Amino acid sequence: MIVAVDWAGVAQQVVSGLSSGGIYALLAVALVLIYRATGVVNFAQGELAMFSTFVAWTLTQHGLAYWPAFVVTVLAAFAGGIVLERAVIRPVEQASVLTVAIVTIGLFFVVNGAAFWIWSPEVKSMPNAFSTRPIRIAGVAFSISDLGIIGVSLLAVLLLWLFFRFTKLGLAMRAAALNPDSSRLTGIRVSWTIALGWGLATALGAVAGLLAAPPLGSFDQNFMQPILLYAFAGAVLGGIDSALGAVIGSLALGVFLNLLGTYVSWVGTDLRQAAALAVILVVLLVKPAGLLGTAAVRRV
Amino acid sequence: MISRAVRIGALVAVAAAAVALVLVLPHWLSDAKAAEFARAGCLFIAIVGLNLVTGYTGQISLGQGALMAVGGYTTAILTANHGFRDLWTIPLAGLVAMAAGFVVGLPARRLSGLYLALATFAFAVAMPALLKRFSGLTGGSQGINLFDKALNRSTGALGHVHVLGRTLATNDFLFYLTWGIGLVLAGAAWLLVRGRVGRAFRAVRDSEVAAASSGINTGFYKTLAFGISGFYAGVGGSLFVLVSNWFVSPSTFGFDKSLLLIVGAVVGGLGSLAGMALGALFIQFVPDWAGNLSSAPGAPSVFFGAAIVLVMILLPAGLGGLFRRLAEPLTRRL
Repeated sequence: MIVAVDWAGVAQQVVSGLSSGGIYALLAVALVLIYRATGVVNFAQGELAMFSTFVAWTLTQHGLAYWPAFVVTVLAAFAGGIVLERAVIRPVEQASVLTVAIVTIGLFFVVNGAAFWIWSPEVKSMPNAFSTRPIRIAGVAFSISDLGIIGVSLLAVLLLWLFFRFTKLGLAMRAAALNPDSSRLTGIRVSWTIALGWGLATALGAVAGLLAAPPLGSFDQNFMQPILLYAFAGAVLGGIDSALGAVIGSLALGVFLNLLGTYVSWVGTDLRQAAALAVILVVLLVKPAGLLGTAAVRRV
Repeated sequence: MISRAVRIGALVAVAAAAVALVLVLPHWLSDAKAAEFARAGCLFIAIVGLNLVTGYTGQISLGQGALMAVGGYTTAILTANHGFRDLWTIPLAGLVAMAAGFVVGLPARRLSGLYLALATFAFAVAMPALLKRFSGLTGGSQGINLFDKALNRSTGALGHVHVLGRTLATNDFLFYLTWGIGLVLAGAAWLLVRGRVGRAFRAVRDSEVAAASSGINTGFYKTLAFGISGFYAGVGGSLFVLVSNWFVSPSTFGFDKSLLLIVGAVVGGLGSLAGMALGALFIQFVPDWAGNLSSAPGAPSVFFGAAIVLVMILLPAGLGGLFRRLAEPLTRRL
């Protein structure tokens, strides 16, 4: 059992958990975006983020610094997401949700395989985005990298929220997600709002991948898979149809996982995923629509 | 109008054709190919079960691979440590996995759609970790090798099997075993979905509220669907251990197996039994073919994924849907 609580250590673990949680949150919001537009979980979301990260890695290999590569990659990911939606999701737009979900599983294999094909299986490493020096706040040393990741991910989510809340295009996208048929009648091109949603989601994923890669030291083509799992869990925990819920769920999950891994020794690394998922299951059994999700009202 | 007699006649003909196909196929297959088809048979059984829960009852399950693991490990542990002959453990594996299926199905009483999908997926992700954690029982990440531990109780491990006075090569025997059991279980599933239970399943899928207001206990039938599909997964998992050279380890049933099974079910075409066989063959053989096209790292995965995407774009109702469309002019004339 816990004998003496080292509060500075706890604070460090919480911040480092928030930084992982911020990365999960970006991907979780990406999942929510596509879920709200089409009712589908995009299984390829993590792999698309991984692919973007490898593109950025190539740019840094050609002499670009981290942040310029970051900007170029996020823009390219946005365009790539739109192209991808037009190419493979549009043809199955009318099919069942399960069919579309299977297409994204197919996409998972294609993107993962393509990255191995293009970049060969050796591990890569990414230049640091932030200073590696620690910063002391109230006598406790925090990692600047953790704080930077928290800041950038929250900023990205905030920008997205501003876009949806205050622009006409954002309004159109929300309308199309809420009621496609009526939106079509008011002249919104619903199919294109879905493509735009894919673009935004892929761009968010790129931010997630680019923030996640440098602290890992070395990464390979499978590095986003556990992150996607946690993002999925965080989104469901918060309520899959709520972006705010996804952010809160992901941050909470990040902190919880970190504390669990550090302070509950029998869980160790092997059972961390299992334990996290078990806790989420319990939360869901109490609140079946997640923490902030809308409870389903059914009518005959 | 199709008369009842004609319809029954057609069904008997289809069933007879399926049995005949299973009986003659090994004569045309090489030894290695027979083993691969036997593996596809195991996947077929698990997919038929998944079809009951996802196709007929409408509950997305991403945990079928983990239920296969329960069946596979039941067989491995009973054969290795408790003196059972491997073949006798197959029904037991089905029953143990059925019990696990009921437990997995319990959240389905409260959760639906994606939330249920995550709950079942959690089970699939946790399974390999749990298997490694309780290594005293499961052999940890080394797994259990019946070839070493119980050679004399592993039917066919010595190279051939005597059945009904005939000697069969091991892989032919395993082919007959898996596809024989597969056909019987597929027939059972066919009877089930056409009876009272099957009607209840479909009612739950089409509208839970309507089903409940017609007096169907939706929670019970959802859990039942998971339990039955668990039985199928358990039998499939048990056989999978036998056809994998009597060896099982946590990586045999990773969460990718669960994803592949749902891919197989949807590519095959939910709601069609012939489609399930095609789906099983798809996930067994397409990755191999993809590997033959190019051996560059990652290339097979690209081709396999592209094949999934293409099938779904061209045939949104799956390969079974294509079957139905081709057969339609014929059945209409009947």
